Amino acid sequence: MYPAAFDYVAPKTKEEVLDILAERGSEVKILAGGQSLIPMMKLRFATPGTLVDINGLPDLDAIESSNGYMRIQALARHNDIVNSDVVSSENTLIASTAPWVADPLVRNRGTLCGSIAHHDPEGDWASVMLALDAEVVAESREGGERVVPIQDFLVDMFATSLQPSELLTEVRVPRYSRGGGNYQKLERKVGDYATVGVATHLELDDAGAISKAGIGLTSVYAHNLKVPEAEALLVGNQPSEGLFAEAAQVAKNACDPSSDVRGSAEYKRDVVRVFVERSLAASLAGPQG
Amino acid sequence: MEITVTINGTDHSADVEPRLLLVDFIRTTAGLTGTHIGCDTVSCGVCTVLVDGAPMKTCAMFAVQANGRSLTTVEGLKQNGELHPIQAAFKEEHGLQCGFCTPAMMLVGSALIEENPNPTDEEVRWAISGNKCRCTGYINIVKAIQTAGATVSAGDNGDGQ
Repeated sequence: MYPAAFDYVAPKTKEEVLDILAERGSEVKILAGGQSLIPMMKLRFATPGTLVDINGLPDLDAIESSNGYMRIQALARHNDIVNSDVVSSENTLIASTAPWVADPLVRNRGTLCGSIAHHDPEGDWASVMLALDAEVVAESREGGERVVPIQDFLVDMFATSLQPSELLTEVRVPRYSRGGGNYQKLERKVGDYATVGVATHLELDDAGAISKAGIGLTSVYAHNLKVPEAEALLVGNQPSEGLFAEAAQVAKNACDPSSDVRGSAEYKRDVVRVFVERSLAASLAGPQG
Repeated sequence: MEITVTINGTDHSADVEPRLLLVDFIRTTAGLTGTHIGCDTVSCGVCTVLVDGAPMKTCAMFAVQANGRSLTTVEGLKQNGELHPIQAAFKEEHGLQCGFCTPAMMLVGSALIEENPNPTDEEVRWAISGNKCRCTGYINIVKAIQTAGATVSAGDNGDGQ
């Protein structure tokens, strides 16, 4: 299978990329890992006139902590996240998700930022970022840097609020001192989309009560789903099995999965309930719990 | 676009359309047909080669993206006319049936044992989880990769003699 013909450019600086986007952004797709984009081009679901390969840009692959955030830049691969000491010591939800994304070969190439920009409703990372209240940093020649809360960034399936003139340069999540997170994923085989995926993140105050809670669901709604009702139920309370079970029930009621080859809607709803309970318990079982 | 890709130590230059897939550059332009095409949708892994040492699926890369990079395909595994330890081990352990997935399995296996010469069953299965064998011969593939790892860590040159 071959994509429609396109112009290919591989700039060496971010400024060049922003110039191209400013001039003809609406016909441009940015190529980072390409593990979703290239197959979509081959299937002719995507037919960009110009492909801008950003893999030659310097200083855009960092995973680092600064100014209260952990930042993951546009060229950080999934496997860089798997192997990152910063991630494993600072964010247990991201650390537990990375090994479940796609397969080992795709993880050598695909990027987290690309996955967020692509916003496949069955992708794992968007649920994680919804649970973590992440921010997306977009840059353009005219507008400079724009910081977008993840909930405003993810508009609908395969749709984001990234403008044609903008380059997504990084996704960042707030650092936390006490707490942790966890990702649960049911998949038929490695590399398949999730049948159900559940991301949870909890932070605790000095008295041990839950001060912040995040829950994101994958593959059980038309898009990745944040569950604010379940998060609100958790905040202010001491963690307990009973509380987690209640939150799990709320998440089960909030999702709206479809019956398909991966399972019936009824089955998936129940997996959501079981996974939310498990994931919340595991969130506090990690090194930072 | 004029590109040069180093494959198994030899430079291959050509003027290519940007949409030429890397797997077709390897097979058609460079004439190295040991790299296979299976699903063509990033699922099966038979088109895997090492790109600067890391295994990647070449049906989801354009040839222009490999400009200036160094690839290793199955044809590049043998060293000084001798089988690479991974090749010797696949032969010894009967790690192949139809052979279609074998080049990719050997490349992924060789990258694994370079990092971790003594992988557990679990570690091998994790490493090859992006590669499908539809003969379902995984047991001998896992054994072959472990045998090759043992050969490498013993300092043997792996020709099986």
